[in-house]
Amino acid sequence: MPGMNHLITYTGLGVAAWMFLVGLYGIVTSRHLVHLCLCLTVVQASTYVLLTVIGYRPGLPAPIFTDWVQAGSLAVDPVVQALMLTDVVVEATVVALLLAITVKIHKRTGSTDPAAINVMRG
Amino acid sequence: MTIFLLAILLMVAVAGTAVVFTRDPANQTVGVGFLGMVLAIMFMAFNEADVSLSQIVIGAVGLPLMILLALAKLRRDADVAEKEQNGKKR
Amino acid sequence: MNRPLREIFFFAGAIGFALLWTAVSVRLPGPADLRDRYSLAILARTFPERNITDTVSAVNFDYRGFDTVGEEFILFASVLGSMVLLRQAEEKNAKPLPDAITPGRDVGPSDAMRLWILAMVGVKIAFGIYIVDHGQLSPGGGFQGGVILASAALIIYLGHNFDTFKRIMTHPLVEIAEAAGAAGFVIVGMIAWFWHQPFLTNTLPMGKSNEMTSGGTIPIISASVGIEVAGGFVLLLFAFLQETLTVEEEH
Repeated sequence: MPGMNHLITYTGLGVAAWMFLVGLYGIVTSRHLVHLCLCLTVVQASTYVLLTVIGYRPGLPAPIFTDWVQAGSLAVDPVVQALMLTDVVVEATVVALLLAITVKIHKRTGSTDPAAINVMRG
Repeated sequence: MTIFLLAILLMVAVAGTAVVFTRDPANQTVGVGFLGMVLAIMFMAFNEADVSLSQIVIGAVGLPLMILLALAKLRRDADVAEKEQNGKKR
Repeated sequence: MNRPLREIFFFAGAIGFALLWTAVSVRLPGPADLRDRYSLAILARTFPERNITDTVSAVNFDYRGFDTVGEEFILFASVLGSMVLLRQAEEKNAKPLPDAITPGRDVGPSDAMRLWILAMVGVKIAFGIYIVDHGQLSPGGGFQGGVILASAALIIYLGHNFDTFKRIMTHPLVEIAEAAGAAGFVIVGMIAWFWHQPFLTNTLPMGKSNEMTSGGTIPIISASVGIEVAGGFVLLLFAFLQETLTVEEEH
């Protein structure tokens, strides 16, 4: 049904925009540095939703060729999946790096409030 | 099937909103785990198998573990700093 | 910049973002149009050219291999950064804190959990190696299998086998594995230079389909990425767990 597929695309794009804005709102109004890192996770999830919606082909199987799916037939977009696959693993390590920075900031200044960090000291 | 895809997309939005509006990081870890699981189901529903496998392993094992370890370290550092302050006062 | 001003700026930006997003979304083509020629070309070519049945691995390690090199080195740099940041703290606090990893300390979990962990470690390592090796035939590949292998070290920690855990973590093979995996990718790419081809061209013999040796350089690259991701996550775990291991004795 052409109507339903367009509905899924529009809903997906709307969800991606909503999650991006909500995640940014969390980062802007955050009072705890770990809360800030987890809101960054939400922003990352919004990019995954966007890529999924772009690669969506209604009714087609996964791009793995087996006895049931003949080689060379139509399938879901594999390029988008390849982008997301490395992205998921790498972003987890980036969040780990941010958490390590948070631990060091807490050790240095004694608080985890983003507003209490006075970085530009001589 | 399309109803299921719509429902999963809306659940992802709800899970993301819940993660942002939970202020305490320890409670947020559960939310992040839930967001990870819903994302993995979404990837499966859209027929993307490799990404779903990746997301299940990272979202259930990798990410909540690192968050909890960082929170534990923060609490320990606060305890150590407090003890040093109490030691200095006496 | 105080908080209300930040929020005003944010909402102004958010409204502009939402308007632009809506203006763009109504002009995007629908999903059934299938105008994406690049993915159609890749789907048509993967099996005849490379004898590979998992298209996503072929795209990751062969057709877009250069992007994956970049992503792998992002992972390498993040692990390196976390280790550097968290290791400095350990040397400063080493004096006042007693070491918790002593054999006499036994408030560990129940025997049932220990038995289950003992059974699962072997299964996890075997499953992780299976996912890494068969990445070109079914869903899997280096990235997923590497994380599964790293989680085998994690459940050793959960079973309170601190001696085994510390011995695994401080073994130099973990760091060598991570560096070798990252270097292996680049070296396999340089093999193509012997045949006067550009970097990361797939020039090894392709093999038969549905076998582990199909795809030329793809299984080799997948294995090296798996080793690197596994080593990287184990080192990350160690960087975070080092101080919690030494502080636990006090409480």
